[in-house]
Amino acid sequence: MRHALISLCLMAAAPAMAFEIEARVQFGPDNAATVLNVISTADIDLFAPVILGYLDQTPNTAVDYVAVSSGELMKALRDEGAAFDIAISSAMDLQTKLANDGFAHAHNSDATDALPEWARWRDHVFAFTQEPASIVVSRAAFQGLTMPRTRQDLIALMRKHPDRFMNRVGTYDLRLSGLGYLFATQDARTSETYWRLTEVMGSLNARLFCCSSDMINGVASGELSIAYNVLGSYARSRPDADQFEILLPTDFTTVMMRSVLIPKTTHDADLAGDFVDHVLQTAWAERPPKDATFTIAGEVRNAEDDSLRRIRLGPGLLVFLDAYKKRQFLQAWEDAILQKR
Amino acid sequence: MRYLLIEDNEHLARAALDRLSLDGHVVDHANSLSSAADFTATTDYDLILLDIMLPDGDGRTFLETHRTHADATPVIVLTARSEVSDRVGVLDLGADDYITKPFDFAELEARCRAVLRRRVGAARNLKTLGRAQFDSLAGTLQIGDTIITLRNRELRLLEVFANAPGQIFPKAKLLDRLFSYDEEVSENAIEVYVARLRRHLRGSDVVIETVRGLGYRLTLP
Amino acid sequence: MTMVTAKGSIQRRLMVSLLAGAALLAVALFFIVQSLARQLAEESQDNILLASATSILDASAVRQGELVLDLPYSAFSMLGNLSDDRVFYAVRFGADFITGYSDLEDVRGLGEARFETRDYLDEPVRVVALSRLLSISGRPTKLTVIIAQTRNGQRETLERISSIAATIGLGFFLAAAGLAALASRSAIRPLERLAVSVGRRGPQDLRPVAAPVPSEMVTLVAALNRFMERLKVSLARSEEFIAEAAHRVRTPLATVRTQADITLRRVDKEENRAALREMIRAIDESSRAAGQLLDHAMVTFRSDNLEHSALDVGQLAAEMVDRLHPLAELRDIDLVLDSTSGAMISGDTILIQNALRNLLDNAIKFSPAEGTVVVSVRRLENQVLLGVQDQGKGFPAEGRDRLTRRFARGSNAEGIIGSGLGLTIANEVALAHGGGVEIANNRKGPGACVTLSFPSA
Repeated sequence: MRHALISLCLMAAAPAMAFEIEARVQFGPDNAATVLNVISTADIDLFAPVILGYLDQTPNTAVDYVAVSSGELMKALRDEGAAFDIAISSAMDLQTKLANDGFAHAHNSDATDALPEWARWRDHVFAFTQEPASIVVSRAAFQGLTMPRTRQDLIALMRKHPDRFMNRVGTYDLRLSGLGYLFATQDARTSETYWRLTEVMGSLNARLFCCSSDMINGVASGELSIAYNVLGSYARSRPDADQFEILLPTDFTTVMMRSVLIPKTTHDADLAGDFVDHVLQTAWAERPPKDATFTIAGEVRNAEDDSLRRIRLGPGLLVFLDAYKKRQFLQAWEDAILQKR
Repeated sequence: MRYLLIEDNEHLARAALDRLSLDGHVVDHANSLSSAADFTATTDYDLILLDIMLPDGDGRTFLETHRTHADATPVIVLTARSEVSDRVGVLDLGADDYITKPFDFAELEARCRAVLRRRVGAARNLKTLGRAQFDSLAGTLQIGDTIITLRNRELRLLEVFANAPGQIFPKAKLLDRLFSYDEEVSENAIEVYVARLRRHLRGSDVVIETVRGLGYRLTLP
Repeated sequence: MTMVTAKGSIQRRLMVSLLAGAALLAVALFFIVQSLARQLAEESQDNILLASATSILDASAVRQGELVLDLPYSAFSMLGNLSDDRVFYAVRFGADFITGYSDLEDVRGLGEARFETRDYLDEPVRVVALSRLLSISGRPTKLTVIIAQTRNGQRETLERISSIAATIGLGFFLAAAGLAALASRSAIRPLERLAVSVGRRGPQDLRPVAAPVPSEMVTLVAALNRFMERLKVSLARSEEFIAEAAHRVRTPLATVRTQADITLRRVDKEENRAALREMIRAIDESSRAAGQLLDHAMVTFRSDNLEHSALDVGQLAAEMVDRLHPLAELRDIDLVLDSTSGAMISGDTILIQNALRNLLDNAIKFSPAEGTVVVSVRRLENQVLLGVQDQGKGFPAEGRDRLTRRFARGSNAEGIIGSGLGLTIANEVALAHGGGVEIANNRKGPGACVTLSFPSA
């Protein structure tokens, strides 16, 4: 009961936090002896099966799941020192930064040892998905047009049919979305094409979004014809998935990895470690359960396609998080995307 | 008997000469290997007494030459050193016997007798005493067809008498000739041996007479 | 024989010093490899840090009176190439902090590139600070890039290399240990060979060691050879001395005795004759004593260095009986040999001859005239018995065990010449061969029986 009381206190303290919570759900028994506090950028629906699977194995434990944006997650852990046991994020750069700056707790187990070199950084950040940045297009809007295979194709298409795509192109607002910023910087790093594409999108008065799901909703509703750099998994999981074409550009496709780390503020590192192991084992399983929403495979597990560019965990990611650098990058981006405004 | 004594020690040689002469032997003395060679070249000896250490060489060299010349004369080696390996060595080289210097003359006589008996043979040493024939080397006395073997002391006593027939020998002197000086014997012991000889000589014409108060003598017919 | 006290072992000492040397070398190797590795790891980290800082400086310039800075992606990603180490950085322009970790301080010192190892965020970091002067509004201002990296990768590399170095060191040590064992054994082998060859020699073999030996042993072997030479000379001298002494005593005695003998024949007066006889008896006793002393000295000398050879006691007894026949004959004593064949022992022929001759001398002396002395040779279980039996007065009942002592004579042996060393000599010879002497009187009839026993071969 003592543990329950402590967790109640923690929960009572939660509202006092300054970071912005999108959603919050408690899994497991109310009177559980221990509560694992998870802060995550993943939608609750998508992550629920993994948590339930964990609770099945670990009796007398509850999971308090807090969904936030990646920026808020960073703020909570880095600036406010909020107490969480697990941090899950799609923003690899921020996860790396947290670890680099000493906000992560090291964890070492059989499950982490089994990971390939590219799937972990230090004993802190562990990847458990691979998600390519896709171009989701509306089949309806592309009637009569050849589906673009590369960014060049897309640029040419948009230039050829400015009227058709005016106001109908969606992409991340890099000022709001951490993931969007990550994808954009990686694109820019890989190829100059990105800047031409951004300029073209800017000329078409592209609309800016905070999140993948909103963009996909836009495509579904017919509001948007093209959503650039969205997570295909969101589109594929929708019931009306047949309305979209999910394109992986063959010039290069940036692959993001969702990762988990144990914040320094964890109250029970062992318990958090068990949870991390569970997530990794589930995701890295040779044959993942049918209802698994997150697996390391994603669309690309076996794809040894040259066009797939897996974002590398490591200090390189710190470059675009540099305030000076970020300011410069966003300046250039704004110049390109907001040219007409 | 004719002996050659090869010995460079003057005292010992003189004593030996005197002693052997007393027993009725003829002895030539050589004091070196070279003079020994001169003697053996001109005279036949019954026995050679050879010293090993000589001024002009080792007696063993003489022994070797002696044997290669197929000279049958028996040799008794006088070794100065009491080392058996030396003795064995000289026997290997063909000496008939050896005696360690300094020696007891009784032993030397005994050894000479033993060697001569082996090498010379009985025929050369027969002495005729009346009807009896006395072989001092073989130690036998033949009277008619009867051959009597004498014991050593009987033999030596008879030798003393036979070497000087008619001479009177006092009991005391005979005692000294027969017994070693460490034996405590009375003059009666001589009477025992004289009685034995008389018994052996029974049947011959030789008599050992008692000269009252003086001793004994052998009388030939 | 005196026991040799063993103190230490050359082989062990050699082994220990070789091993100690190998261990020292192995440890030195370990530390040298480790320090080289540390140096290399530090150098490579420094080089990467410097390259990283350089790439940032190279991408920086003053444009239109303003600092334009770029952090190339490669500036940090290259730092992730070697290890998963944490990276911190700061860019300062003059007094202004431009970007990065504001609390990451500059490295003090002169020069463009400055390195330092310090703690940052509770972890040791390697820091490089690289500066360049940029002219802004005509004023030279210093642009400094500071990059720090934790040293886990370096530590891991070091640990890995250390464990390799330790393995190499251990391997080196084990190989050296094996070689040391071989080397020390082979070094000691000539010494063992020398010991075996010297130990195998007979007591008379005092030839110098002629076989070639390692140069280190030349001194030892030369000393040994000199020692053996001296021993040979001194042995020969002492043997000669004994022989010479006995000879010197006996020769004049013999001359005097012969003269006395001759004189005795010529002198008629009984009191003179008695005096001469007394004199001859004294001379005989002296001469015999000298002879026995000589024998005894020889026996003592040879007993210490027994020269073993296979010998047939029966044959030895036959030769001795043959040789003493003339002496026995003088007293009309029958010398009878009662021997068995195949009585083989391992022993020193000269010593056993000597023992038997002394026993026979005694027997002939003590037997009554026309008596019999029997020399018997028997085999009994694993012993060979050599007995001499006479028909004399026998030994007195008391003090029989005393008889084997030097100069002891039976109390009833008065009047018979002899120094009493005969039994002592026989006893010492038997003991030297691991046998013994039994002194008894004959059960049937008068007389003594002395039996020497030897272990059979």
